[in-house]
Amino acid sequence: MALSLRRRLVGQLVVLAAGLALVLYIAVRVGAERASQATLDAVLGAAAQGLAEEMRAAEGGVLFDVPPGTFSMLAAMGEERIFYRVDVGGQTVTGYPDLPLPRRPPTALAPQFYTVPFRDAQVRMAAVARSLRIEGRATPVLVALGQTREGQEAIAAQLGNRAAALGLAVFLAAIPLALLVARSLTAPIDRLAESVGRRGPRDLRPVRHPAPQELAPFVTALNSFIGRLRGTLSQTETFIAEAAHHIRTPLAVMRNEAELALRQSGEEETRARLRGLIRSADDAARSAGQLLDHATVLYRADQAEWARLDLAAMVRAVADRLAPAAGMKDIELHLDLASALPCDGDAVLVEAALRNIIDNAIKYSAPDAAVEITARAMATQAVVRVADRGRGLGHVTPDRLLRRFRRGDNVGDVAGSGLGLTIVDEAAVAMGGTFSLSPRDGGGTCAEFCLPLASA
Amino acid sequence: MRRILLALGLCLIFAQAARAFDVEAVQDFGPDAPQRRLSVLSTTDIAILAPVIDAYLAQTPGLGLHYVVASSQEVHRAIAEEGAVFDLVISSAMDLQMKLANDGFARPLPAPLTDAVPGWARWRDLLVSVAQEPVVLILSPLALQPGEEVPRSRRDLIALLRDNPDRFRDRVGSYDPTISGVGYLLAAQDARLSDTFWRLAEVMGRLDARLYCCSGDMIDAVRDGELLVAYNVLGSYAEANAGHDIAVVEMEDFTLTLLRTALVPAVSERPELALDFLGYLLSPQGQALIDAGVGLPAVDAGVFERKPHLRPIRLDPGLLANLDAITRLRFLGEWRAAMEQP
Repeated sequence: MALSLRRRLVGQLVVLAAGLALVLYIAVRVGAERASQATLDAVLGAAAQGLAEEMRAAEGGVLFDVPPGTFSMLAAMGEERIFYRVDVGGQTVTGYPDLPLPRRPPTALAPQFYTVPFRDAQVRMAAVARSLRIEGRATPVLVALGQTREGQEAIAAQLGNRAAALGLAVFLAAIPLALLVARSLTAPIDRLAESVGRRGPRDLRPVRHPAPQELAPFVTALNSFIGRLRGTLSQTETFIAEAAHHIRTPLAVMRNEAELALRQSGEEETRARLRGLIRSADDAARSAGQLLDHATVLYRADQAEWARLDLAAMVRAVADRLAPAAGMKDIELHLDLASALPCDGDAVLVEAALRNIIDNAIKYSAPDAAVEITARAMATQAVVRVADRGRGLGHVTPDRLLRRFRRGDNVGDVAGSGLGLTIVDEAAVAMGGTFSLSPRDGGGTCAEFCLPLASA
Repeated sequence: MRRILLALGLCLIFAQAARAFDVEAVQDFGPDAPQRRLSVLSTTDIAILAPVIDAYLAQTPGLGLHYVVASSQEVHRAIAEEGAVFDLVISSAMDLQMKLANDGFARPLPAPLTDAVPGWARWRDLLVSVAQEPVVLILSPLALQPGEEVPRSRRDLIALLRDNPDRFRDRVGSYDPTISGVGYLLAAQDARLSDTFWRLAEVMGRLDARLYCCSGDMIDAVRDGELLVAYNVLGSYAEANAGHDIAVVEMEDFTLTLLRTALVPAVSERPELALDFLGYLLSPQGQALIDAGVGLPAVDAGVFERKPHLRPIRLDPGLLANLDAITRLRFLGEWRAAMEQP
């Protein structure tokens, strides 16, 4: 799987924050060092120039006073050490004779700055040159004044460390902030995914959820994909319905012809063959009917145009319609129905579901048995329960029986397509209800079809 | 090469070092054959510090202390030029000590030790003050006629000397700044603070003032009646050695306050012993002994509030300016001109 968007976002933000913190540290460190260097150099240069200006010619050499205030001032910041050297005519007359001079000789106009290691320290030097008339001759005089810069370094380091601490704080604060930003950025995606995920398995309506501009192409692509899927599905369903319809008519003709032949034929062997033919034609017609039913259920579930209907009345109507089929097997249908069960749904879907349930119960019941049909309001649900004393569910779990073209392992002798229960389940789910099968105490099966009761 | 030699033969080197600069006195404290020996080079007289040293050695058995006294110039020369090996250097010449520290001859002291010393009484982590003392004027009981008041300022002193030249001729003493490090430091600081110094120098020059190397000699001369007035005497010696009839005066225009500073040389071979002893000197116990038992005033910031005329000599590289060769030559030239009048 590709790296999560959130993680990628957090990662990039954190890397950015770390980079900024580092840049801040370096900028402050370098800036502080440069600024203090420039300031201290100016003071040091002025001191060196002051010292040089102090000098005057005297009998046999030069004369000058080193002002203690100058040294005190130069040393004040960070208790620096002071070194100096005065050369007259190339000879060191006072100070430290081993103090290094600048590589290029300094001019009289501006002090020359340089940094040298001296004794056990790094010394920042300012050197000034001037010319002095000694005993009638112009003599070059050089003043080199230096101070250590440990205080400056300490302050620059302190500033740098503070900036680094600030940067680190920003960096640390960036982590939860980045998480927050990432969450708020990905929230619309989550909401969109949730709204799509919440849909029913057959909900193929286009996505109308509000999405940020950046997600619009994604939503458009999704909707166009849904549209194509929907087109393909409806095409398939239409094709199946038409195919079933086209098969049913010739099957009916074939059955009638076979029945006619059966009546006219006296030969026992031929009659048996014809009876088999009629049974097969019945099976095929039934399967075709159920395929049609199934296609209808899918189509109508898709349309989802619900109307108010009375579930109890529909149960009675379907039971009445199937009573003759039950009668042929001497099966009694016991009805125990509430007076009215208002639900919102599609009458065709409900009718198909109820017909399949009751038909199944009759089909798998032994002759002379009874099928109990109850319809009750239970809490917010209208519950239709059809219980038989048939052969039960065998060894197959109820869930498997609800899949298309699945049949129980104990029904080899009964004609069936394996679509009946699928139709019931799909119809129930489409209308927001449920369908379940369970073994009945004392043998048989109990089928339960629920729809939400319509609010008054 | 020198370091290897040092490691090879301590005693020999001590002997060499001792020969290379002028030593005034040497004393070994502690047991005859100590397990460890701490060597201290100091300008402070043995008698002054002996009680503190004895108290310290009493609590550290097995330790011996080799105490060498030299003048402040010699102390500086021994460390900076002769390469003498000592574990602790204590001197009253603040400028020379500052130069040793500035030039990298001192070893950094640990933070707990320096943190105990106020900022004005130390420089970086290299130099700490163990005592502070005022620089005073002492007067023999014979200096004043009945009815004359004790001079309270340099102006009073100048007036007294000028008005009675016969009485004070040849009987005024002060440091010779050309040979005494402390004397030069005090003269330079005096000159920096006030112009009266030069007038005083001229007056003393007219009276053929006598010049001394050390405070002790001046006090002795006053006690013996040779001198009537000694100017710029270290207060601790004055308090300790003067008789009860000798007046010790803190001048009210300003009285310099000197810091006796200590440093551990970079070449010290037993710095841990030096730090321990220095820690003792700076501890409340050590300071109390220095103050009460010895007569060297302890380091105390409060004294400047109680006595506003006290001026501590600032312990910073400004002191180096006076040590500049040309500046020094010029200053001494001026001084000589003031002192030696036709």
